[in-house]
This record gives sequence, structure tokens and C-alpha cells, in this order.
Amino acid sequence: MTTFTPTTSDEVLSTVAWAGAEETSLEIVGHGSKRGIGRPLQTEHTLDLSKLSGVTLYEPAELVLSAKSGTPLADIEKLLAQNSQQLAFEPMDYGPLLGGEPGKGTIGGVLGANLSGPRRLKAGAARDHILGINVVSGRGEAFKSGGRVVKNVTGYDLSKLMANSWGTLAVFTDVTFKVLPAAETEVTLAVRGLLDDAAASAMALALGSSAEVSSAAHLPERIAARVAGGSLGSEAATLLRVEGFGPSVAYRIAALKALLGRAGPLEEISGEASKAIWRDVRDCKPFADGSEKPVWRVSMTPAQGHQMVLTLRMQAAVSAFYDWQGGLVWLRMEEGDPEAGLLRGLLRKHGGGHATLVRAAPAHRAALPVFEPQAPALAALSQRLKQEFDPKNILNPGRMA
Amino acid sequence: MSGLAMPKPDAETLRRRSEIVADMRIIVPGEGVVDAANAMRAFESDGLTAYRQLPLVVVLPETVAQVSRVLKYCNDRNIRVVPRGSGTSLSGGALPLEDAVLLVMSRFNRIIEIDFPNRIVVAQPGVTNLGITSAVEQEGFYYAPDPSSQIACSIGGNVAENSGGVHCLKYGLTANNVLGIEMVLMNGEVVRLGGSHLDAEGYDLLGVMTGSEGLLGVVTEVTVRILKKPETARALLIGFPTSEQGGQCVADIIGAGIIPGGMEMMDRPAIHAAEDFVHAGYPLDVEALLIVELDGPGVEVDHLITAVETIAIRNGSTTCRISQSEQERLSFWAGRKAAFPAVGRISPDYYCMDGTIPRKELPRVLAGMRELSEKYGLGVANVFHAGDGNMHPLILYDANVPGELDKAESFGADILRLCVKVGGVLTGEHGVGVEKRDLMPEMFNQVDLDQQMRVKCAFDPNHLLNPGKVFPQLRRCAELGRMHVHRGQVAFPDIPRF
Repeated sequence: MTTFTPTTSDEVLSTVAWAGAEETSLEIVGHGSKRGIGRPLQTEHTLDLSKLSGVTLYEPAELVLSAKSGTPLADIEKLLAQNSQQLAFEPMDYGPLLGGEPGKGTIGGVLGANLSGPRRLKAGAARDHILGINVVSGRGEAFKSGGRVVKNVTGYDLSKLMANSWGTLAVFTDVTFKVLPAAETEVTLAVRGLLDDAAASAMALALGSSAEVSSAAHLPERIAARVAGGSLGSEAATLLRVEGFGPSVAYRIAALKALLGRAGPLEEISGEASKAIWRDVRDCKPFADGSEKPVWRVSMTPAQGHQMVLTLRMQAAVSAFYDWQGGLVWLRMEEGDPEAGLLRGLLRKHGGGHATLVRAAPAHRAALPVFEPQAPALAALSQRLKQEFDPKNILNPGRMA
Repeated sequence: MSGLAMPKPDAETLRRRSEIVADMRIIVPGEGVVDAANAMRAFESDGLTAYRQLPLVVVLPETVAQVSRVLKYCNDRNIRVVPRGSGTSLSGGALPLEDAVLLVMSRFNRIIEIDFPNRIVVAQPGVTNLGITSAVEQEGFYYAPDPSSQIACSIGGNVAENSGGVHCLKYGLTANNVLGIEMVLMNGEVVRLGGSHLDAEGYDLLGVMTGSEGLLGVVTEVTVRILKKPETARALLIGFPTSEQGGQCVADIIGAGIIPGGMEMMDRPAIHAAEDFVHAGYPLDVEALLIVELDGPGVEVDHLITAVETIAIRNGSTTCRISQSEQERLSFWAGRKAAFPAVGRISPDYYCMDGTIPRKELPRVLAGMRELSEKYGLGVANVFHAGDGNMHPLILYDANVPGELDKAESFGADILRLCVKVGGVLTGEHGVGVEKRDLMPEMFNQVDLDQQMRVKCAFDPNHLLNPGKVFPQLRRCAELGRMHVHRGQVAFPDIPRF
């Protein structure tokens, strides 16, 4: 068991080439902040990318940033903030939920897990902002895809292929992301006291208006108290975030108030208080309880989210809250059983989507498919891609199985 | 046609043509199989009209089952297939092959579902881009990507090409607005990627399919996200004495945190051609003309108009008009939107390029183009998606003058080489197709190209779907199978430690 800690992409290449020649497996890690996601690995060696670090290009006026894959996300976000810019897809931090430190994670991990946050609804995920990559495949071949410009259809978009591949196709050495201006002003409108179905209607109404709502979450009673240090109180909160230039935000918040005035009592939360709430929604803070109780991340048709949860409650004890207008359901299984079959069966009946068991004891993760099982033809196609890029199965073997 | 090498037609397929046509008629009964040369003539080229070729047979399926059976039939018999939507590709993506079935998806023309609470539309691939907006605009919604061919181009073709448009700086490309597709692989298998939820499970094959130019699968259904129409839109028309000043103005607008709904630039030849054609009131004494469109609530638009005007003046603009009415806004756009036909009036033929560059390189690239223009003795007019660095140089030539088409193509290739040299790419939105196929090595080395070919091998190992497009040379999948490094040949025979 050796840990390789390359500091250059050439060293990554020779390590992977060596592992391929020896047919020995590698666990690919940055900071290890998401190590608890996926089937537990039993690799012979570890490829630690945390020393492959540094921003290599940042041109604010061109809206582009390149970094080595092990660069801390926190460093990148700090640099961007100094220029009033941001990664608009708001990558979440799994640390708190998985019992790790907050503020860890590398830019490579952001792409490998295709992270996003509450702004996913409007701004997309990592996949929507990646412009180019340099990687080393499981064959020990170093290659690039994409570039540094926003508009590019030259060849297949292999950068997107690598998004959400969890280190199973290739090892990233460099990534280039599109960056965007940070909003000048942010205000959240909270509708209080709604049950899940009324909240779903209110969010659909808000998102169907021209108020350009950038995030929409619903925290049911008792969940609401678990964000932003309890500042919201315990009453259910349906949260609508509006971002942009001051006069525009004020106008759109007023429009939302007029639209939702009859839905329930309204509160306006602005600035840092608003940011604190969305940070905790992003990081699934309500379930960051230090336990190993199973937590699911379910992506589904927005208007169906609460209906599926209602049905699920009849058969299992669950806590739930909603992001992405109800299209992202976070579930904590209170009795300790992940109930994978039950949940995925209900998901199929409610418009489909995918359920990922993002937190569970290793025994559960070894026994259950952590990632949503795919239909046979799609699973076979994914397997053929894995075979093309990592035929000896040396990169994070079995993690997505 | 200039010297473009296409895959050698398969003699066996050509010999069995009548049998294949008969079998196609069994799979797709009725009017769905066209084999008469005069009737197939309508399909012999796409938007890149310099290249023409009659297909083996044209098949217009109506159901997913028919698509699946056609593909499986062809896969089993080693027959090539070229998929086609509306045929508006500017890069020859739908150019037929003599020995290939041309699979035309135009009869897949129905909208299947409109869902306002979830803001999605599910459409068959032959529905036009504008057709989606038309279906939802009464309720105030629209589909954001708006390629200029939107009245004709199909949503399936948009997926194949990852189409953009004037508004994609703010609202994204097709890839950012498609949530799911159903497609058929060359072996006939039907696969669904994504759906009405965000992000797909597993590898992002939806991201790979988008922009794959019909080489990986045939799209049979598309789920797109729709947006509420912005309340208002206003535009500024800003003239600059130099392209450097115009470019700096664009950089400063973005530096101020403003992402306009659209930001377009034209150079002097394009301005003059457009003004002569539509009399939009463009200033004729400027080197660069910028159209900046702001959309959103009225208060936001007013706020940003003022901010952009200030930035423009600071950068030495010599004229700056602000639209005071919807009519005036449209008049600002009229010249830009008519730029291509306007150039068509001043030159018998023109050749449209599509490179993207880092914006800051604009002055250098424009200067390089002027030099090339002199070298080749051909004029060039530039329209430019200034926000995202996507250039559309229009090379002026006369196809009736022997050698001019070849000269125009060489000029175009040199422009694209220049784009790559300054950190840009060969194509921003038109696709590689056949047009830029042989330039791919300018941007990618053989190892890079091999990885793209590996994706192809996972989807279509026999290279039967749209061959001759995108890749400068076809390599057999088995040839790619060799490991790059063999035991005993690595640089570090011992365990490397860093």
C-alpha cells in the first residue's frame, strides 16, 4: 500500500502508466471530502492529488479560470470573490454531512462529482461550466478535451463525460471552468407555514413568473430550525432567492410578494443572513448530525417530489426537505435502513429520476447500489465506455458499481 | 467539390441497393422510402451547399420502432447511415454518402408534452426550434437557444450540433437547456438519457450526445427546459473608431458584472454591407459597431443601459443610440440579422467561418485576417458574437472564377488556424462536419483524437453512423485497443514515489 503524491501532470501520467502495467488499482483522492460516497474501495494504492495544486490562468474579463486538479476549491472561491466573481453553479460541500471538516474539497472533485447547489435550477451544475480538461486515462494516456472559450463544439465534449465519473474513467490533471460575476444583491423571500403540497404550488408559481428566481427550497417544520443557526425559527419555510442588481432585485421581490401574498405570511431576508441559509441548504446541513443514518439525494421531476415523499412516509420513517423547486429531495432514513428498493420503486412511479445514497454505513454501501441502477442498454453502454478508458479497471474500481 | 476525401463507397452495398430499398419499404411502409434520383435530389446537401451527393436511399421513419429496425438492419449488414434533421447544418453534418441510407427525421414532428409547473417541453426531434417557442409563447414562455436558422432547424439537429445563438452568453447553449433525450444506438437499442429531472445518473452521456454531430446515436425524443420571457428588452447601438476600443468596451461591460442578453459586433465591411441592404441607420464612419441588448424587468434594463452607456463613452464611442421603442430595438438588430444576405449582395458567394477566440485576442485576429485577405486577394466581412468570442468571418469569393472556392477554403482554414493559435477553437457553433474535419489535428494531437474515437467505439464500433464526418481519419476500434504502455516499458520500472 503506497500513497503516490504527484506534483506534476507528468508524475500523474507515470503513476497511472505504472499501475496499468502492473495491473494494480488506485484510489484517486483530492482531499477525501467525498470518500464516503460510493461503494467502499479496496485498492492496493492511493493516488493523492492534493499536491497537484495551483491556479494556472485566471482572466476575469474573459470569465475563465484554469487550475490544477488538486487546487482547493476554497482557494479558488476566495480568489474569485476578490474579483466579485464566482462559480455560479455553487458547488456543495459534502464535508459536514459526511462527518468531515467543512471547507475541504478540490476543484477536480467538483467536476468528478458534478457538484452543484441551490442555484442549479438557474445556473446549472459543474457540467454546465466546465470548458476544458487535461486528464490521464486508465490506459495511461494523457489527453485534452475542450479549451478555454465558452463556445466550442469542436469534437465530442469529453469534459462533460468526465463530470460525475467519480474518478472511474480518468485522472484529472487540469480543469478550466467558466466563471461569472457574483450577484451584487441577494434577497430571499420566505413564505412561512406551508405544508409540502402548498409549498410545491408556491414554488411552481414563483418559477413560472418572470421574477427570475435563482433558487427555490422548502424546509418543512422542524427542518427549518436546522439552518443558519436557527435564525429561521422552526416554522416551515418556503425559500425563494432573487439575485442581481439592487433595483432589479427590489422590483422582482415586490412582484413575488404580490404573486404569493395569499400563500402565507411572507418574510424578506437579505445579504449575509440569506447567504447563510442557502449555504446550509446547499450543504444539506439539516442532516449533518454526525450520525451514519442513511441520507439520499434524489433528483426528480420538481412537482412530483413531495408526492413521492408523502407515499414514502406511509411505509418508512423519513425526514425530508426540498431544493430545486422540489426536484432535489434530501431524505434521511430515521430507522437506519436505507430502503433502497422501496425508494427507487416509488421514484419510478413518480416520473423517474435518480436516487444516490450519499451517506450510509460502509456495510450498506457495499451491499446496495449507491448510484441509481441504469436500464440494461444504458448500463452496457456505460460499461463499454469504462472499458474504452480504463480497460484494466485500475481507477477507483467498483466505486460506481 | 474541392478535394474532400469521403469514405470509399462499399461496392457490396451499392450492388445490393434494390434489395435494401425493398427491405426499407417493409420496415417503413407507405411514403417513407424515397429512391428515385429526382426525388432524392432535395436531400443531396445541407446548408453547406458546396458539397453534394445523392444518398443510397432516403428513409423517413415515423416511429421509434422503425428507427430501431432500420438501424439494426443496417448494423447487421454493415450498411452506413447518415441521420438528418432539417438539413440546415453549415458544416456538412448531414451530407449524404453514396452508399449510406439517409435517415430523415422530419416526420417526427409532434410536441408530446407541455408541462408548465415543471417548465419542460417534450418534443419529437423533427419539431423546429421555433416550433417549441410557438407552442408555449401564449403563456409567456420560450425556449432560449435561438440559432439564426431557428425557423427551420430541428430540435434534434440542435442536440446533434449543440446549437447556440445570439442569446447563449446569458442563457446557455443547447447542452445547458436540454434535460433528456431518447435515442437509438446503431445496434437498434433504445436508450433514455436524463428526463424531466436535473442531471443524469452515471456518466454524463447526455453531455456527450449533445454536439456529437450524428455520429453516436439517432435522437428520437427531446426534453427541453423552457423559460419565462423577460418583461422587456432594450438595446444600445454603439460605434467605435477602432476594433480595439470596441473589444475593450465588451471586456469592461463583463468586468462590471453585466451579462447582456446579447452582445454582437460588426466590422466596417459588414456594417456597410448591412446598411446598404436594410438601411438600419448604422453609422458608416466607424470601424466597429456593437449591439448590446439588455433584457429583464424594466427597472433592471434601465439601470444597466445607463451603466453600459457610461462604459461605452469611457471607451471612446463616437455614437451611442439607445432604443426607445420595440421598433427601434428591432431596427438595431435588422442590419445584424441581415448581415449574411447583405454580404451575399456584394459578393457572388461567401464562405462563413465559425472560430471562437479569447475575446482579448480580437484585435490581433482581425489584423491577421486583414493580412490574409491581402495575401489571398479576397475580401472578408466580420460579424462576431462579442460576448463569447465566437467569430463569423464571411469570406467573399466568386465560385464562377476558377480556383476561387479553393482559395476561399484555404483562407478560411488559415483563419481557423489563427483562432487555434491564439487559444481558441475551430468551431463555436456550426460543428466540424466535413468542413473542418481535416483541420482537427490543428487543435488535437493523435492521442486526443484517439480518445474521441474511443467514445465512438463505445457507441458505434463499426463506424456505420455518419462516417466521414468530424474525424480526419477513421481508425478501426481494434487498433485503438492497444495499451499505450506495456509492462517493462515504463519510465519508472520501480514504484514511483513523489
